[in-house]
Amino acid sequence: MSPMPGDTNAKCHDFQQAAQDALNDGRLQSLLGRTLENGFQKKRLQGMARLPEYDQLRDRARDLKNHVLDHLDVYLERFETELVKAGGQVHWARDAAHAREIVLKICEDVGAKTVTKGKSMITEEIALNDHLAAHGITPIETDLGEYIIQLRDEPPSHIIAPAFHVTKDQVAETFKDHHQHLNADRDLSEPTSLLSEARTELREKFLHADVGITGANILVAETGTAMIVTNEGNGDLTQSLPPVHIAVTSIEKVVPTLEDATLILRLLARSATGQEQSVYNTFFTAAKRPGDLDGPEAFHVVLLDNGRTDLLASEFRDILRCIRCGACMNHCPVFGVTSGHAYGWVYPGPMGSVLTPHFVGIDEAHLLPGASTFCGRCEAVCPVRIPLPELLRKWRVRGFAAGHPAGLARSMLRAWAVLAGRPKIYRVVMAGAVAGLRALAMLGRVGGAFKDLPGARGWTRARDLPVPQGGTFQTRYRKGER
Amino acid sequence: MNSKTSIPSDAKPRVGLFVTCLVDLMRPSIGFAALRLLAHAGAEVVVPDRQTCCGQPAYNSGDLDTTRTIARGVIEAFADFDQVVAPSGSCAAMMVHHYPKLFVDDPVWQRKAEDLAARTVELTTYLAANMDLSETTARYDGQVTYHDSCAGLRELNIKKQPRDLLATVEGLELTELQDCETCCGFGGLFSVKYPDISGAIVDKKAIRVEATDSDLLLGGDLGCLMNVAGKLKRRGSRVRVFHIAEILAGMTDTAAIGEDSDR
Repeated sequence: MSPMPGDTNAKCHDFQQAAQDALNDGRLQSLLGRTLENGFQKKRLQGMARLPEYDQLRDRARDLKNHVLDHLDVYLERFETELVKAGGQVHWARDAAHAREIVLKICEDVGAKTVTKGKSMITEEIALNDHLAAHGITPIETDLGEYIIQLRDEPPSHIIAPAFHVTKDQVAETFKDHHQHLNADRDLSEPTSLLSEARTELREKFLHADVGITGANILVAETGTAMIVTNEGNGDLTQSLPPVHIAVTSIEKVVPTLEDATLILRLLARSATGQEQSVYNTFFTAAKRPGDLDGPEAFHVVLLDNGRTDLLASEFRDILRCIRCGACMNHCPVFGVTSGHAYGWVYPGPMGSVLTPHFVGIDEAHLLPGASTFCGRCEAVCPVRIPLPELLRKWRVRGFAAGHPAGLARSMLRAWAVLAGRPKIYRVVMAGAVAGLRALAMLGRVGGAFKDLPGARGWTRARDLPVPQGGTFQTRYRKGER
Repeated sequence: MNSKTSIPSDAKPRVGLFVTCLVDLMRPSIGFAALRLLAHAGAEVVVPDRQTCCGQPAYNSGDLDTTRTIARGVIEAFADFDQVVAPSGSCAAMMVHHYPKLFVDDPVWQRKAEDLAARTVELTTYLAANMDLSETTARYDGQVTYHDSCAGLRELNIKKQPRDLLATVEGLELTELQDCETCCGFGGLFSVKYPDISGAIVDKKAIRVEATDSDLLLGGDLGCLMNVAGKLKRRGSRVRVFHIAEILAGMTDTAAIGEDSDR
């Protein structure tokens, strides 16, 4: 079956239109500039500057992840053994539907009515919230950003900053719409008032939830420990207050030892937000033991495959090193103007454009690997050195083999290829093209550049197209010009 | 192959100029500037007539078969030179890093591709290594800024070379461009396939360029320069755009990229 959650309608075919909508949204454009260029990018640089061994750590993290991928079965089994020994349960989920069933069953077995949720991209990947809601269980997101977009019924626009596309004023509006039991005239103009309102609302939910669901950033094989990083502490409350805790995560998150986990942690926050550490680094090993002051009565880890073992055996294996820091999208010039929603699926930006074709198929997602200038900045900032442009190119090769692009674009590429392989004819045709363009420029009195050129309207819609200087180099050189 | 035979130490190195398709088609003056500069740097320069394009349009579209055909043509056309020089970081990186990867299943051509890769150098890198940098090359009285094109920067480490060369131009004052290492949004066919996204990215670049208050924007890749020049023009900016080779060769009296030659 398709790993694609049935209730998520992929918008990949509309990437161009979705991107266009983003480009036309002035408010979004200014949020992008503020969050990425003037936010994450600068903070990452500052974070790096305080860690001279940053690049060596990246090499080590790459090697560690490669080692784990080479021995994934061993470490996952060790993780399960240790977790079971400590009193937790492991559930292996083939795909999204299987994972949804597993989580639903755990919730139903304890008669859950509400679940609190820590931020988790894996639960986005399996579209868990809709599934729980459809079965009468209310999921409540407790990460502030996730809470905001849940109220607004929107998907995340960024893997670590899910609501960065929402302005403070929009948040205030959303809160007034949804928190109708509160005084409608209350002042929500300050970020602190928004925060304190969200905190008050969520505090009740934390205390009454039947199940807490989080993701996990890292799984530690030697101890059977799962861990998450958050900046709000909501993960701790989600994990420790309800009687049941479920960590929904994916198989490639495992590392051999606690020491290895610290290596990932040193890179994760710095690459993401420039912080040396996330504010809360929470390790959970099984359920509450006799004598523990707090913690859940039961602890489950759902290990999602969802096509990852296929990736492991494919030419896209390197993407499984990804630690979900978001640096590639923070530095991607395309993401920088389109934002995350344009990509149409759970994971946006360069890492998303490698993953999405695998999840939904290249026919559905062929525009995503193309949506890169191959500037290479994603690879340059990746903490685990994933060769993202190379992986995107491999998808383009598959896309081309599957008939993308089709139609006129493909015919023109063919025609150009035929010419490029025949230098003599190429020279004549190019000389003709230059002469033709010069004649057009002359007739249209365009000066040095076309403002509008039929056949190149995509280009001239946004910028002028310089008129060729005159004559091809080859023609002029052959005539003796130096 | 000539490159394998030993040449007398006082003989000039034979350099094949890979013109690039964009320079051939859009702006021959860059090719002529490169010829002058290479001669100045002591090379005997030849322009093989069998060259067309490095193959990036096909390569970046995922058409590997066509790319291989074109690459074989380039490899053969430049088999007999000590060095191959291209006035573009993007095309040079294609030949240096990507050609060998194209032939992983074909040892004979892979060896040839690796041989070409070892002899291929981007223009500013060649010049910076072979020119006397204490000598004045040209004169330009004014303020310029520089955009580091992505492929050259990240695949060939071109950063210091153009700046060292610009320091040899008398009267020239370089103001660094904020975000000079950020992509201009050109990306070859990307600018045609995703023109509006490309247009939004280059708008940011143009704003940065204008903020330097420079007379000229320089760079080492014509594709990027056409993109930024086109955007500057659309914005009504007064900044003129040249390839770095043109200023080093003292050719700024020609019309800038996108500028009316009758201005």
